[in-house]
Amino acid sequence: MSETLVDVRNLKQYFPVKVGIARTIPLKAVDDISFTIGRGETLGLVGESGCGKTTAGRSILRLYKPTGGEVYFNGELVTDKNITHMRKKMQMVFQDPYSSLDPRMTVEDIIGEPLDVHKLCSNRKERHERILELMETVGLNAEHATRYAHEFSGGQRQRIGIARALAVKPDFIVCDEPVSALDVSIQAQIINMFEELQDKLGVAYLFIAHDLLVVHHISKRIAVMYLGKIVEIADADELNEHPIHPYTESLLSAVPIPDPDITRARQRIILEGDVPSPLKRPSGCPFRTRCRYATPQCAEECPDLSDRGGNHLVACWVK
Amino acid sequence: MEEQKPLKKNPLSMQLDLSKFSEETFKAATDEEKRQQDVMGESTTFFKDGMRKLFKNPLAVMSIVVIVLILLIITFAPMIVPYKYEEILSVNGVRDKGAKNLAPFKYSQLEQEYIDNGGSRFPHLFGTDEQCRDYFIRVVYGTRISFFIGFFASIIVLIIGMLYGSISGYLGGKVDLVMMRIVDIIYSLPDMLMIILLSVVLNEVLKFSSGSLLAKLGTNMVSLFIVFGLLYWVGMARLIRGQILSIKENEYILAAKSIGTKPGRIIRKHILPNCLSVIIISTALQIPSAIFTESFLSFVGIGVKAPMPSLGSLANAAREGLQSYPYKLIFPAIVICLIVLSLNLLGDGLRDAFDPKLKR
Repeated sequence: MSETLVDVRNLKQYFPVKVGIARTIPLKAVDDISFTIGRGETLGLVGESGCGKTTAGRSILRLYKPTGGEVYFNGELVTDKNITHMRKKMQMVFQDPYSSLDPRMTVEDIIGEPLDVHKLCSNRKERHERILELMETVGLNAEHATRYAHEFSGGQRQRIGIARALAVKPDFIVCDEPVSALDVSIQAQIINMFEELQDKLGVAYLFIAHDLLVVHHISKRIAVMYLGKIVEIADADELNEHPIHPYTESLLSAVPIPDPDITRARQRIILEGDVPSPLKRPSGCPFRTRCRYATPQCAEECPDLSDRGGNHLVACWVK
Repeated sequence: MEEQKPLKKNPLSMQLDLSKFSEETFKAATDEEKRQQDVMGESTTFFKDGMRKLFKNPLAVMSIVVIVLILLIITFAPMIVPYKYEEILSVNGVRDKGAKNLAPFKYSQLEQEYIDNGGSRFPHLFGTDEQCRDYFIRVVYGTRISFFIGFFASIIVLIIGMLYGSISGYLGGKVDLVMMRIVDIIYSLPDMLMIILLSVVLNEVLKFSSGSLLAKLGTNMVSLFIVFGLLYWVGMARLIRGQILSIKENEYILAAKSIGTKPGRIIRKHILPNCLSVIIISTALQIPSAIFTESFLSFVGIGVKAPMPSLGSLANAAREGLQSYPYKLIFPAIVICLIVLSLNLLGDGLRDAFDPKLKR
């Protein structure tokens, strides 16, 4: 594995939720997750809606103040004090290209804002040139610079958002479901662009998505989240071929394969019931209420991630 | 078999008649010709773009024209008309007692004699009032006062409301809770009672040097401004707070934070421009509402101090002779209507023009 760039240790993000008049209980959106991302590497983060993927991404960038845990970037602890400086190294691409661009600003101003905030350009000419360069990098025409965001299609808007993230020359970008709001043909373009940018600029991604195929395509390693916890991390191919955790198994069995023979032959693992509310987490393993293999031990103690060989970490008592 | 006839062309046919086109027509376009097709939208600033759209809106243009006309009249009419608003008409130094309640463009007996003897006299465009004063100049001054009050009151309201609302909305949480309860308390105070009480108190407290504008307006008007500053901003503050609360949740604010933008810049560059349309329209609507309040107060007799006229006090004075001299009510009433209507329409037009989502 290459040199570690981002090291997330025991990150916790709880939100207080009002119950009754004066009582609050914590909503454990992200509960004690740890992982590392190497320089120029992509870690995919998958899980169903509401499992805390987005919150995890935002907590790493300190858009929310984490309840506990640390994030080290390039060996340096990220704190409130050095966060302004860190924002030059860590950026984010947002899920919804329609709401993540200010409707009052032209494309030039949107992409130029990080340059202004961090005072990266000494004069207007330099700023303009840098913006045009960024626009070319993400495949936008120079004549689009004076237009407003609402004049563009979803894919183009997402390109603007990517150009904004690239403006400060970051080493690490959190991609928060960057393609799930786009239609499939555009998804492919944007994902290929992410890959090209990685080859060219050497950025590392935390690629959050709920589409396993997309994540498998772009990621070197994949982490699977369930109810605020990481249940399995492995290399992309390893996870795809030998899933260990029962949740990963069922996720993979739900991925559509464009071959009717295989689809008919394989067994689909259908999960029963819904995701429990994060306010009423089951005791022990969070997945035990829907797990086929659940044993009494699962209800008592929460399993930790353990190495099953070849960098394949799984949190399960049974398998 | 017969020789094949050339096909007869059906007059309704949409098929192209190729014989009409020469070989030249089907040549590929040169690069230069292709470039003519690249229509580039002219690059404009946000403000220019908005103004361009504003001037495309006929109602907005009409109301701008009306407002500008009224402003021109109230600026220049006092220079042209040789009468003063408090001047009782006289001819050659003799008080003209006959010039009471004259109809528009009529002269009194004394004035007629003066004109017959070769003198010239400026016509009374709107007639005269019961105290032998030229009514046109009184309406002009009344409009001046009403405009003055409308603009200043809404600026006071805008400044206080915007500061209070944006602080409350942006900070949120407990600060917002306390600040909004204060607003609720102020909202529940009866405004008319406050104006009356304040004008009584201020009458005692405030002594303006005679001749200053404030002294001419009277303490009632000063207390009206103070009441606007104390009470009327709450509507604006609530509105702006609500806007900011909803804009704050947008992802582009989070995006700005993730870039490293400081809160001050976020408010200035992202939040305020996005609630600008609401601010503009509510300010534009605040002006007629202030004019209404002033007219109402003058109408009930606690407005501007006599002899200074305002549109409301003129309408009030006209009540007494309504059956004999209805025009004395009609003139100030029409002016109030014109001002309020055109400011409302202009406010609407501004909102439409400066909202990029409504771009046509």
